[in-house]
Amino acid sequence: MIRLPAPKPEVLARRPEILAGLARLVPADALITEELRLRPYETDGLSAYRQMPMAVVLPRTTAEVAAVLRFCHQQGVRVIPRGAGTSLSGGALPLADAVVIGLMRMNRILEMNFEDRFAVVEAGVTNIGITQAVAGEGFFYAPDPSSQLACMIGGNVMMNSGGAHCLKYGVTANNLLGVKFVTIEGEIFEVGGTHLDGAGYDWLGLITGSEGQLGMVTEVTVRILRGPEGARAMLAAFSSIPVAGQAVDAIIGSGIIPVALEFMDRPCIHACEAFAHAGYPLDAEAMLIIEVEGSEAEQDALLARIRDICARFDPISMKVAESAEQSLAIWKGRKGAFGAVGRISPDYLCMDGTIPTGELPRVLGRITEMSEEYGLKVANVFHAGDGNLHPLIMFDANDPESFRKAEAFGADILKLCVEVGGCLTGEHGVGVEKRDLMHVQFTADELALQRSIKSAFDPDWLLNPAKVFPLLGETVLAGAA
Amino acid sequence: MMTPGTEQALAEAVRAAHAAREPLAIEGAGSKRAMLRPVQAARTLSTRGLTGITLYKPAELVISARAGTPVAEIEAALAEQGQQIIAEPPDLSALLGAGGATLGGVVATNLSGPRRIAWGSMRDHVLGIRAVKGDGEIFRSGGRVLKNVTGLDLCKLLAGSHGTLGVLTEITFKVLPAAEATGTLALAVPDLGAGVRALSAGLGSPFGVSGAALLPMGMAAMGLPGPVALLRIEDFSESVTYRTGRLREVLAPFGEISLFDGQAARSLWRGVRDATFLDAAPEDAVWRLSVAPSAAPAVCAALPGAKLLLDWGGGLIWVAGEASEAMHQAVVAAAGTGSFTLFRAPDALRHAVAVLPPEPPALAAISTRVKALLDPAGILNPGRMGR
Ligand SMILES: Cc1cc2nc3c(=O)[nH]c(=O)nc-3n(C[C@H](O)[C@H](O)[C@H](O)COP(=O)(O)OP(=O)(O)OC[C@H]3O[C@@H](n4cnc5c(N)ncnc54)[C@H](O)[C@@H]3O)c2cc1C
Repeated sequence: MIRLPAPKPEVLARRPEILAGLARLVPADALITEELRLRPYETDGLSAYRQMPMAVVLPRTTAEVAAVLRFCHQQGVRVIPRGAGTSLSGGALPLADAVVIGLMRMNRILEMNFEDRFAVVEAGVTNIGITQAVAGEGFFYAPDPSSQLACMIGGNVMMNSGGAHCLKYGVTANNLLGVKFVTIEGEIFEVGGTHLDGAGYDWLGLITGSEGQLGMVTEVTVRILRGPEGARAMLAAFSSIPVAGQAVDAIIGSGIIPVALEFMDRPCIHACEAFAHAGYPLDAEAMLIIEVEGSEAEQDALLARIRDICARFDPISMKVAESAEQSLAIWKGRKGAFGAVGRISPDYLCMDGTIPTGELPRVLGRITEMSEEYGLKVANVFHAGDGNLHPLIMFDANDPESFRKAEAFGADILKLCVEVGGCLTGEHGVGVEKRDLMHVQFTADELALQRSIKSAFDPDWLLNPAKVFPLLGETVLAGAA
Repeated sequence: MMTPGTEQALAEAVRAAHAAREPLAIEGAGSKRAMLRPVQAARTLSTRGLTGITLYKPAELVISARAGTPVAEIEAALAEQGQQIIAEPPDLSALLGAGGATLGGVVATNLSGPRRIAWGSMRDHVLGIRAVKGDGEIFRSGGRVLKNVTGLDLCKLLAGSHGTLGVLTEITFKVLPAAEATGTLALAVPDLGAGVRALSAGLGSPFGVSGAALLPMGMAAMGLPGPVALLRIEDFSESVTYRTGRLREVLAPFGEISLFDGQAARSLWRGVRDATFLDAAPEDAVWRLSVAPSAAPAVCAALPGAKLLLDWGGGLIWVAGEASEAMHQAVVAAAGTGSFTLFRAPDALRHAVAVLPPEPPALAAISTRVKALLDPAGILNPGRMGR
């Protein structure tokens, strides 16, 4: 159960004036106030929590965004920035007295420059939309969250999203050149540009991953990269989790940086196999998907080296894709992992802690024990190269006790991640979900410092309140679905 | 000079200076004292007493060291495990007249070498920091794992803040295996425009170019007197052979190509990394510009008579020229919407001009508030970044 701040009575009382004021700033079709059309905005990818906002605005230009923010600031109205609403941490969860500013209509690609290898896009362009736009020239935008068909670059910037290929290519922060930023006062300025590493304070780095706490982003300049000649995957299955962990260490220790190095445990292998029929080994305790890039000959050479390394760890089976199609088949199960788990259990919580990779056997062992203690099933799929875990905790949303247990289980996993030297979230963000665990990772002084930096941007705390930082003061409860 | 041997003692020193409203010059080994504006402080606080690698997990690609640890010591420890600092930070002792760069110093100045174009900056790889605020309070940001989005990322803000937002005391960063082999193609190009186009073609190829530099004055000693474009491949030996071969085909239309490998290739890239190819005269001022690569030929053309060295596909431009306000204004104008740093100049010029681009007014107001939070009495490196 998550607590949200009490709505401001003076704002609720002035609802008609506020809506009228907004109506003067944007075209009629850009303002949503009726309940039926507000409904899709009441939740995001963390659908256990729902809250109807006061209104939704869907601006088409930076000037409109600035005008709406300026107005909300003058009126003391809280603002919830929103992209596609795929946040898994409740980052885009509304408040009853808040205006949601959704950027999905700002979906134009403004510039593609292949000589200087960047693209300027509006915040509402989808992640895949960038790659699709530049693919004709052989280029791509590297960070590839599994939600890439839906999630938008503005949301990616604010969550500093990662993907399966970030072991080699980095996360969102490592692939940005600049943003157009709008403050809560409605001031517009550019941060960064089309060049690398401008001198001066790195505001772009601070804004990236700030979860809508500091301001809104309306345009993003991303680096685009030329794609490799080709890529191919292999899978290797092992009889125990520690052995698979040793294989991961040995691969990295050999000097090879695979573009992807994904790990699945037994429950996840079974769920994915039932769903995708990818030919996964059902007798394995752990399975790795390893992808390399280069020419056909280079792929062969790298896969042969990795095969030899894995062979030292008594694999139950190994399968090297012989073609791009076979490679896709290997990936098919992994890419469908969330959906596959969704078939076994309609409701699950996707956790997102990161651990030092050396702690893997210990942490997965503890998670298995906890799963028994809580009486809830869990499937693990994660980015092995960087230690970013995604335990999927299965529960029954119709049973409030089951949901309560799932949340407690999730919190215990995240505390464990911090205890072994890791962190609460590797890529999904703190949102409302992990907000109350922030004290596990940070001291009170460290949290106060982060809060004060938010205040330097947003003195009245109107931007995406109740996210990231533990609440101070009066609260009400939000309902679980 | 104060050289505390523990983070606690360093924090005490800052706390005392804060209480006394006494400005401090913050440095590691002092190798970058010549950059930007001279600091207005009677006393210097150095991190050179805070040394040592505190954690190194080669299989996790992670290393932590205290801020005053010499970069050379870290590079040596990594080399023993066949790994390296990804961003290839430069050794600017020839340019700045002082060496011994520390980890804290290269992070606080966010200086990256040629590999930046392909693999990211020094800042990109910082995973966690410990630092002391201007009131003596110790804080942490980030951690020791490769992926972490928990809370606001103050690591990025402090990296490149030149000691004005906090004193870094310990840094954890990502490292990678060093490549087995290096190959370099040197292209004799007719002019800078063709040179940048060649670099763009290389960086836009699927062959993983990890260095793309342009020497306007060429390499006379190697029989290449005109402008030379350099492209580097770092990989397993077979791949270097294959990729340099394919890259040669891509670059053939741009000019005559020669191949360097082994020690010769490595020393070429050291010259680019450390800007020794710039060949700055002792009396020259030096600027470092970052622009969109295709803008580089026009930037260079706008600075007749300057000595130049280009890296990062043309986007990083080192300029050496007359140490005058007029030359500085010309450099700033040429940089346009890109970025510039006054890297080295006589003190009079360093005091007279903006050493970095100004922030837009609305951002500057936020910036002032954030600076006041992290350094309430304004005692950390006052003046360094021009304010
Ligand atoms: C099935 C599934 C798979 C996923 N896989 C991954 C994955 O592999 N890796 C990963 O990192 N994430 C993943 N996610 C999480 C999610 O997709 C990312 O966090 C994504 O970046 C969110 O983008 P969005 O456009 O949906 O943003 P939203 O959910 O709408 O918003 C995200 C946050 O950013 C703020 N925000 C959005 N746009 C702006 C803006 N323009 N200006 C200011 N603030 C803004 C919002 O207030 C909110 O706090 C997954 C989610 C799902 C549902």
